[in-house]
Amino acid sequence: MIRVFRHMTGKHVYYMLGLIIFIAAQVVMELTVPDYMSDITKLVNTSGSMEDIWACGKMMILFSVLAFVSSIISKYYSSRLAASFSQHLRSKIFHRVEAFSMEEIDRFSTASLITRSTNDCTQIQNVISRGLNQLIRVPIMAGYALFKISTRYWQWLVFTAAAVSVLFVLLIFLIIYAHPRFRKMQRYTDNLNQVTRENMTGMRVIRAYNAENYEQNKFRKANDELTDNALKARRAMGLMQPATRFINNEMNVGIYCIGAFMIASAGSAEQLEIFSEMVVFSTYAARIVRAFMGLNMIFNMIPRASVSAERINAILDTEPSITDGQLTREKGEKGTLRFENVSFTYPGAGSEALSNISFTAEKGQTVAFIGATGSGKSTLTNLVMRFFDATQGRVLVDGTDVRDYTQQALREKIGFAPQQAVLFTGTVRSNVSYAAEDVEEKVRDAVRIAQAEEFVSHMDGEINAPIARGGANVSGGQKQRLSIARAIYREPEFYIFDDTFSALDYKTDRILRAALKKETAGVTTLIVAQRIGTIRDADKIIVLDEGKIVGEGTHSELMKNCEIYREIARTQLSQEELG
Amino acid sequence: MAKDSYNLGQVEMKTSGGGRRGGMNAAEKPKSFANAWSMVLKYSRKQLPMIILGISCAIISVILTLFGPDTLKQITNLISSGMKTGSMDLNLIVTLTIRLGVIYLFSAVIIYVESYTMTTYSARLTQQMRNDISRKLNKIPLSRTDSSSFGDLLSRVTNDVDTLNLALDRTIAEMVAAVITFVGCAVMMLITDYRLALTALLFAALGFVAMRYIIKYSQPFFTNRSKFLGMLNGHIEEMYAGHIIVRGFNGEDESEEVFSAINEKLYETNWKSQFLSGLMMPIMELVSNRGYVAVCVYGAYLVARGEIEFGVVIAFIVYVKMFTMPLTQVAEGTTSLQTAAAAAERIFQLFREPEMEDESDKIQHIDNVEKADVVFDHVNFGYTPEKTVINDFNFTVYPGHHVAIVGPTGAGKTTLVNLLMRFYELNSGSISIGGVKTSDMSRECVHSQFCMVLQDTWLFNGTVRDNLAFGKEHVSDEEIINACKSVGIHHYIMSLPQGYDTVLNDDSNMSVGQRQLMTIARAMITNAPLLILDEATSSVDTRTEQMVQNAMNKLTEGRTSFTIAHRLSTIRDADIILVMKDGDIVETGNHRELLEANGFYAELWNSQFTEGAAI
Repeated sequence: MIRVFRHMTGKHVYYMLGLIIFIAAQVVMELTVPDYMSDITKLVNTSGSMEDIWACGKMMILFSVLAFVSSIISKYYSSRLAASFSQHLRSKIFHRVEAFSMEEIDRFSTASLITRSTNDCTQIQNVISRGLNQLIRVPIMAGYALFKISTRYWQWLVFTAAAVSVLFVLLIFLIIYAHPRFRKMQRYTDNLNQVTRENMTGMRVIRAYNAENYEQNKFRKANDELTDNALKARRAMGLMQPATRFINNEMNVGIYCIGAFMIASAGSAEQLEIFSEMVVFSTYAARIVRAFMGLNMIFNMIPRASVSAERINAILDTEPSITDGQLTREKGEKGTLRFENVSFTYPGAGSEALSNISFTAEKGQTVAFIGATGSGKSTLTNLVMRFFDATQGRVLVDGTDVRDYTQQALREKIGFAPQQAVLFTGTVRSNVSYAAEDVEEKVRDAVRIAQAEEFVSHMDGEINAPIARGGANVSGGQKQRLSIARAIYREPEFYIFDDTFSALDYKTDRILRAALKKETAGVTTLIVAQRIGTIRDADKIIVLDEGKIVGEGTHSELMKNCEIYREIARTQLSQEELG
Repeated sequence: MAKDSYNLGQVEMKTSGGGRRGGMNAAEKPKSFANAWSMVLKYSRKQLPMIILGISCAIISVILTLFGPDTLKQITNLISSGMKTGSMDLNLIVTLTIRLGVIYLFSAVIIYVESYTMTTYSARLTQQMRNDISRKLNKIPLSRTDSSSFGDLLSRVTNDVDTLNLALDRTIAEMVAAVITFVGCAVMMLITDYRLALTALLFAALGFVAMRYIIKYSQPFFTNRSKFLGMLNGHIEEMYAGHIIVRGFNGEDESEEVFSAINEKLYETNWKSQFLSGLMMPIMELVSNRGYVAVCVYGAYLVARGEIEFGVVIAFIVYVKMFTMPLTQVAEGTTSLQTAAAAAERIFQLFREPEMEDESDKIQHIDNVEKADVVFDHVNFGYTPEKTVINDFNFTVYPGHHVAIVGPTGAGKTTLVNLLMRFYELNSGSISIGGVKTSDMSRECVHSQFCMVLQDTWLFNGTVRDNLAFGKEHVSDEEIINACKSVGIHHYIMSLPQGYDTVLNDDSNMSVGQRQLMTIARAMITNAPLLILDEATSSVDTRTEQMVQNAMNKLTEGRTSFTIAHRLSTIRDADIILVMKDGDIVETGNHRELLEANGFYAELWNSQFTEGAAI
């Protein structure tokens, strides 16, 4: 929890100091007001002059205004601090995640990274804006009030201490009994929501299997669990309010009652002194109780906030495993790709995903990869993109090890279209020209080559047509084509199409590849594919099986000498074609 | 005041639970506040005694508390006069103290009874509400649940229940208590001394005005804060999900620029809204302090003139403190009740959704389906009344026949599944199994005639066994294991940590192929005479694909089957092919006949398959 505050900058420390100073000021001012009440009490009971009373009244007003002003300023600092620190934290997290390689992304999972950057940051913000205020205020308030009442009259002190210890016991009980239950509720709620979600997504299956009752019973069980837990927690928490009220009130009368005895037994000179002090004492004692109750809130917030803090720390403590090299451009040759005895093992995996892969792609060649899922095709392209680094061997792009380039320089050379097409909120145009200079003519060309012209022309606004979040307003095949257009737009040295074509129907697939060949000749192309039709005219086909190259050659060569390739072909091609 | 920190703690807790908005956030306006609450009341009529008990307790406790300052006044006066006369009536003071102590204790007990009752009531009510929602979910026709607006409604309702829960648990009793306290204090003060009372009331009114003003002024900041927070979260989600593209295309700078811009705006609205809402407490405190000072000074003046006793001033000091708290509570409570009313409206909107008709008087069981024809007789259907997609479709499937449904994506192949399973009702015409119209059978009866394997391999959080024996009672282990062996997944299941008792969850690393095998095994265990099969298009590796194919073949054996077909072999071997286009069935016949007819099917076949690869 504390560690997350290491990320505070000078500005935040300044806000923090301001916050502490003004909370302290506010407490002091606030606690000065009753002093004048004590004076008034004396004046009233000694029939002091009206001017004197009024003078005291003015001082009271002055201090209560000062307390008000201090409190406003402290609120200012605390809201600035909370908002600014969470802003800072969020942007640090975001910056770090943007630098992560796929390895770190996979380790945390995208969903968890999102929660950490959003909800967890909000948690920290809440703990600062609500909890920190209390955390600073409670000791100052309790300490100063205690200091103020540490008079000769120990009887009151003992009484107050007794009252406070009752509250303390209650507080301990709540911390042990109720707080953990509140935290558990979160888990039960998640569980319940999951059952509902399941029920929604599986509705057809549930109805087809007449399993409505089964699902409902499951739901009921989760619901009972949640409700019972919530009831226990809330009923316990419900003790807090009456107990505090009771003790607060009881303390008040108690102090007066004790005071009566003290006054009765005191000498007449001292009587008035005790009487006026009594009035003030009860006010201070109430403050102590109140400060004490602030602890309940803090204890309630801290566990959850520290979980958030830990999760945030985990991101900020993780250094990206892939770091930049020095080179910002290639040394000489262009358009070549070479794998030299490359092996790769996913972090934490027992076996190699790629073993000892060597091949060369010359400028302008099309090299295709085929094989079963898990054979390492996509892994291979990830190594070229440097989303991962090879565990052994070297990947050479334009004759230079990919690790020697800056990541930016390396990726500048590559037009990449992944398995899952990704589109961002924006327009067709902003997606195609993504992260590059936006030239309308070029966008149109790329859209045309990617065979997206027809459907784009039907969209409202054509290339300026809006794209909804995640590309929700275009179909899978259309998404894929726009993703290809984005790769074309870069005018790269290399294309990497990672299973990009399988979402297209066969005809579009063929026309698109023909257009690519014609219009972007000279670009070295890597294609990962499932369909033999997509790759049969590649210059070189590499067949992968369990991370090893088991065949290399053209379609007709492989049909002759590669059993696995033939097996794949058999499941896909019609008898006539197999001949 | 201690009550306040308690409240903040509560709100905080709920925030994480149900995404409740803080007390001062922009309140959602219900359509009709009174209507919504009367529906809630009607819904909870069984718990009515509990509500009455809870609210009565709140009222009693407040009234009891109001006696406090008055007794305090008496004690002070006794002390004060004792000092003057030299003899103090200690006995009376002790009696008064004890009497007040008892009253306070009693009041505390009553408050706890109130909180216990209201907590129990709200928890039980929301429990019942959730159960009703779950029950409702399974009674609403698929034609409704398939629509995206229903998904939205459901996801909102989940949060709405929590919002309502909070309002019922705390807000109602608090509001009642606050109002009573306010009125009671005012009355007691007026009775005690009208001049001091008016002084205190004046300051309270000032505070109230200031508070309304702040709430009004800060609304836009809260609205903007939610807006920017939503935008920022959206951007984060999008960028993380598209990380591979952001990195692959060097889009980091652009992405961070957008992020920083929104983050900065969020910061601005964040601190401003927080600051403004933070002003509430100090302002209320200032008002309370001013009231306190005014009462002290003016009281002292009156005491000095001998018009009142000093005890009155002491009593007023307590009244003033008691008096300002309810103002904040009423302001926050109103917002919370409004939000809750809007939530309740949505919940009851869900409850009003039309249900599928009760079918307990329909045919519950039919026999010999293995040898039954499935007949489509003048079937007309449309998802919307304006547009029928299936027009006057007549067709007979003979026992043991395999029907393949083919057509391009979006041609409406699942429509037939929806109709066969009676997920959707026909506009006119009938589908009958063995001469019995499906519309004369109960839905359960129709469903139990079919094994169904869908492309979406739905598995739920639960053990492998529960997933396999889904919805079916008394399934022996042997049946399950046999089915798994026959589809070839038994070996894999045994390799899981707890075999058939392994709990499947989001973390379980089951491949698509294995999930498919699981759903096929599930269908096999059901062992119904008819089969609906949606062949998977997703590519799995060759070996698993072979296994899936074999498993599907086994499942098809001896059953009349309807297959949404993607495989050449399935299509070619089918007894009859239904060709669909734009929602309608355009051709029927077997492979050879359809090719000879040289229609849409032939075109489809030529464009997709003869090129070399299946899709």
